[in-house]
Amino acid sequence: MNMNKVFENAAAALYDVRDGSTIMLGGFGICGIPENCISALVASGVKDLTCISNNAGVDDFGLGLLLKSHQIKKMLASYVGENGEFERQLLSGELEVDLIPQGTLVTRIQMAGMGIPAFFTPAGYGTEVMKGKEVREFQGKHYLLELALHANFALVKAWKGDVMGNLVFRKTTRNFSTSMARAGTVTVAEVEQLVQAGELDPDQIHVPGIYVHRILQGSNYEKRIEKRTVHLNTPVT
Amino acid sequence: MALDKYGIARRVARELKDGYYVNLGIGIPTLVSNYIPEGIQIMLQSENGMLGMGPYPREDEIDADLINAGKETVTLLPGGCFFDSFESFGMIRAGKVDLTVLGAMEVSDQGDIASWKIPGKMVKGMGGAMDLVASARHIAVAMMHCTPAGDSKLMRECNLPLTGVRCVKRVFTDLAVLEIIPEGFRLLERAPGVSVEEIQRRTAGRLIVEGDIPEMHL
Repeated sequence: MNMNKVFENAAAALYDVRDGSTIMLGGFGICGIPENCISALVASGVKDLTCISNNAGVDDFGLGLLLKSHQIKKMLASYVGENGEFERQLLSGELEVDLIPQGTLVTRIQMAGMGIPAFFTPAGYGTEVMKGKEVREFQGKHYLLELALHANFALVKAWKGDVMGNLVFRKTTRNFSTSMARAGTVTVAEVEQLVQAGELDPDQIHVPGIYVHRILQGSNYEKRIEKRTVHLNTPVT
Repeated sequence: MALDKYGIARRVARELKDGYYVNLGIGIPTLVSNYIPEGIQIMLQSENGMLGMGPYPREDEIDADLINAGKETVTLLPGGCFFDSFESFGMIRAGKVDLTVLGAMEVSDQGDIASWKIPGKMVKGMGGAMDLVASARHIAVAMMHCTPAGDSKLMRECNLPLTGVRCVKRVFTDLAVLEIIPEGFRLLERAPGVSVEEIQRRTAGRLIVEGDIPEMHL
């Protein structure tokens, strides 16, 4: 049995992404981003996308590729400091941007995956983030009402996945991906290693397969590093 | 003489206590990890999803899957662990992190902080800073006292868009250590050789000077 979740490649798995779709993309900076799915979106030419991602990639990699090709109409993110093209499109008004505190952003996504429509958080109280939001006081502290954030598609990249859609991540690549995988109306996971049912340790699954609708064996991972910092005092071996 | 950024980091490091869980922001705060006092063990939290962050890797240890919140390659110390960003901000919101050290563009004498945006000029986003300042138990700011143009960053009110309100407890600059109390910035320490008068001259917010102000120990 494979529950028919396995797709040949990212282009095949994203066959029904339309102009104007809302898409979540996992990753922190360019760590753990769904490289194959981003390439497939660029190749497909879909446009007017609303993208939800913590960052906007760098100028020539990750979401930066979709920005450069002007396929993104609106972006929801917490930090976009590493992408000059993003800043240019934002300041010139070509791109609509909603900047959201990181913890609020990931919690809004997670809540969508947990069936909780809204929650209160103190982040942003007294700042411009508060604009238009309900404020409540609990035990003398102020909180903003924030809504769950849904998407037509959630695209994530995991280290290993099985044909049932169970996912395992490596090191700091879990970041937003485990929350997004839960929140997509359609969740597509690309993995470095696609294995058969029973090959993953069921005690070590980060995303249970029920959340993952489509899975594919990724290829040609570049896994680019944004800031290569090394310990200079240690001899290189 | 005023401290450089390494001096500020050395002074902030003296605030660390054994067993602390600490989140260090980008910039001067990151440097604090180089000056952890001997005999003290702390665990660094990186909000992208790691406890027990270690130093930068050797060339042969670099792993694209292992970065800190500043997107730099790092290592994990024994006893450290990984998690997702939802979990990470849960521990931040719930006040599990003992000390948060952040950089800032402006701090007001009531503890407001501005650090994420210069309207019409620079739009980088707040990242996790708004979540951190709204929830951390103890927030210290590490920054230069003045802008490169010489304007004080310690204000009566912040001019730039705020990151958080009434949240900063202490400020560590190249000139001074200050505590925020209801009446304003209370001067606690001077950088070696820096006079109280100079600190007064370079502080735009209300400055409270009581008695003799000792020099910092570094």
